[in-house]
Amino acid sequence: MTVHLPQRDAPDLKQLGPGPDPQPSRRGVLFWAGAALNGVAAVAIGIPVVGYLLAPFASSGRKQSWVALGHVDEFPEGHTTLGEYVNPFTTPWDGYTANTPCWVKRDAGDAFTVFAINCTHLGCPVRWFPESSLFMCPCHGGVYYADGSRAAGPPPRGLYTYETRIRKGVLEVKAGRLPTLQQTP
Amino acid sequence: MIRATTRSVYDWFEARLGLEKTLGPSLTHAVPQSAKWWYVFGSMTMLLFMVQVMTGICLSMVYVPSADEAYASLEYLTYDQQMGWFLRSLHVWGSHLMIAMMSIHMLQVFLFGAYKFPRELTWIVGVLLFVCTLGMGFTGQVLRWDQDAYWGMGVGMAMAGRVPVIGPEIVHLVLGGPIIGGESLSRFFALHVFIIPGTLIALLGVHLLLVVKCGINERPTPGVLVDKATYRETYDREVHRRGMPFFPNAAGRDMIACGLTLTVLFVCAMMFGPAGPNGRPDPMLIDTAPRPDFWFQSIFAVLALLPPYMETFLILGFPLLAGAVLILLPFLSGDGEKHWKRRPMAVLFVSVLLVSLGSLTWLAYQSPWSPVMDAWSALPTPAQYVKGRSPLALQGAIVVQNKQCRNCHALDGQGGRRGPALDGVASRLNSDQIIRQVIQGGGNMPAYGQHLTPAETTAVTAFLMTLHDQWEHEPATGRRTPRD
Repeated sequence: MTVHLPQRDAPDLKQLGPGPDPQPSRRGVLFWAGAALNGVAAVAIGIPVVGYLLAPFASSGRKQSWVALGHVDEFPEGHTTLGEYVNPFTTPWDGYTANTPCWVKRDAGDAFTVFAINCTHLGCPVRWFPESSLFMCPCHGGVYYADGSRAAGPPPRGLYTYETRIRKGVLEVKAGRLPTLQQTP
Repeated sequence: MIRATTRSVYDWFEARLGLEKTLGPSLTHAVPQSAKWWYVFGSMTMLLFMVQVMTGICLSMVYVPSADEAYASLEYLTYDQQMGWFLRSLHVWGSHLMIAMMSIHMLQVFLFGAYKFPRELTWIVGVLLFVCTLGMGFTGQVLRWDQDAYWGMGVGMAMAGRVPVIGPEIVHLVLGGPIIGGESLSRFFALHVFIIPGTLIALLGVHLLLVVKCGINERPTPGVLVDKATYRETYDREVHRRGMPFFPNAAGRDMIACGLTLTVLFVCAMMFGPAGPNGRPDPMLIDTAPRPDFWFQSIFAVLALLPPYMETFLILGFPLLAGAVLILLPFLSGDGEKHWKRRPMAVLFVSVLLVSLGSLTWLAYQSPWSPVMDAWSALPTPAQYVKGRSPLALQGAIVVQNKQCRNCHALDGQGGRRGPALDGVASRLNSDQIIRQVIQGGGNMPAYGQHLTPAETTAVTAFLMTLHDQWEHEPATGRRTPRD
């Protein structure tokens, strides 16, 4: 294309001559030394920066841990109720998002099953309907039975469940991860 | 006097900046005479991008990118800040219009064969701009930190989490941790305000440079083929002989189009107002039905309609495949015919694309696949289905209501549409079939055997057996007779 390219009066380097430094080898040394110095400095600065960016992977303080859902008596036997816990790691500016809902099913005595709120299809919050004993998802119509197994719709598996334990009468779940198909909560 | 002063001031700056020499040729570069109204969409998209940058900067003066306070700052912007609602409105309607104009621009370029030699790189950079713009759309929706944003982010992560092997790591990286929290919104803010716009501006610069360097596509003529050996020479000759300077000749149309765009933007922003925020982003408020913004509604529909076995493949594979096809397009058909009349496959492709996207978007707004969560408790049983029924059938009507059947099954047009409407079910199924369907489920219906007592099942069946079509075939004659 020759259609009126922007042109500047840049000096032609070839016509400038060898310049004040007649020794090309010295110029070459300076150039490569400069390049090496920049490279070393860039690596020195870059490694911590990459470390900063990859901080979410740093395991310190980001492991799943046991969090309390409430005293076992708060969950009536034979019912499924909405539970709430505070994420095991939070920042002071989390606001509402520090909390996570889950469905707590207490069969009898200390037999608990705690389901993640997230539909296994694409993560929308499922709702419990005690009258028909079904979980229904408002997004794409996933339906689950009371035991969390898939009943209908697009979900590829049943609801995610938490590991649970009871300590001194308090129901605890192992939490700290957004459940997706390749990682349970 | 004034004129002379103006002139000398201009000359003072020009002597230092040399703008006439550097920018002048770009502004006045020759464009084909045939570049008429079809060629304004790129300028409109760019204008809208500038509007987005300016309104975005204005919004950032008030918006607080913190998970804790973003929602409050949005409410303040919308209801308290003077003209805050208008700025939010401009920004959201600017985004809608920008994606619309960009899509039209892209379709026009495709149908006019403008991606062919020598403008391959212009097209590829354009594809990248398209991806960046959609990225702006998604991240912008998340910054509107409401319930849709919170759960929409979860949906995005559920999709990313399906990537083989590294899925969970991608989720951690994007969320700034293994779970949605304070750092997640900050990351999306950085993406929306720095990373993607920075990339976009750089790419836009390259795109514009290429437009100047490679010239604007001439209006294609059927039968005139692109030959890589002679194209540039012919184009240069023609554009010099019969072209016109971009400024002011062709720019006039662009300016009219841009003026119209701004007017439409103003009217939309004034009339329809800003989007949301809809409900505070409290995960404990689970009575919510998250929905994406307009441009992602077709994806929302696809995800409801795909059979599960191809879902992961399509969620992950389709975007890669589509991107690869778009980038390889100028190399697959870089020369030859440009005019759409001689490219039936191109026309067919665009037609199928538009019809698919259009019908998927329409379906998404109906979303018949979603249960209507409050249908069972909110809707009345239609009077004509109660009148004259036996006590047993009336018991059944109550069971149908209380067991949430209506969440998925409509009666008299009201209720969910996940399953078939129950009007006239007695004309399709006999009582044994109804009992089997209710007890065992099947065909995407849960089995209710565990959750209905035999008495309830009997009552439901009695009720459903009263729901006949208004017009029903008489088996013996095949004649249609009205039922009273």
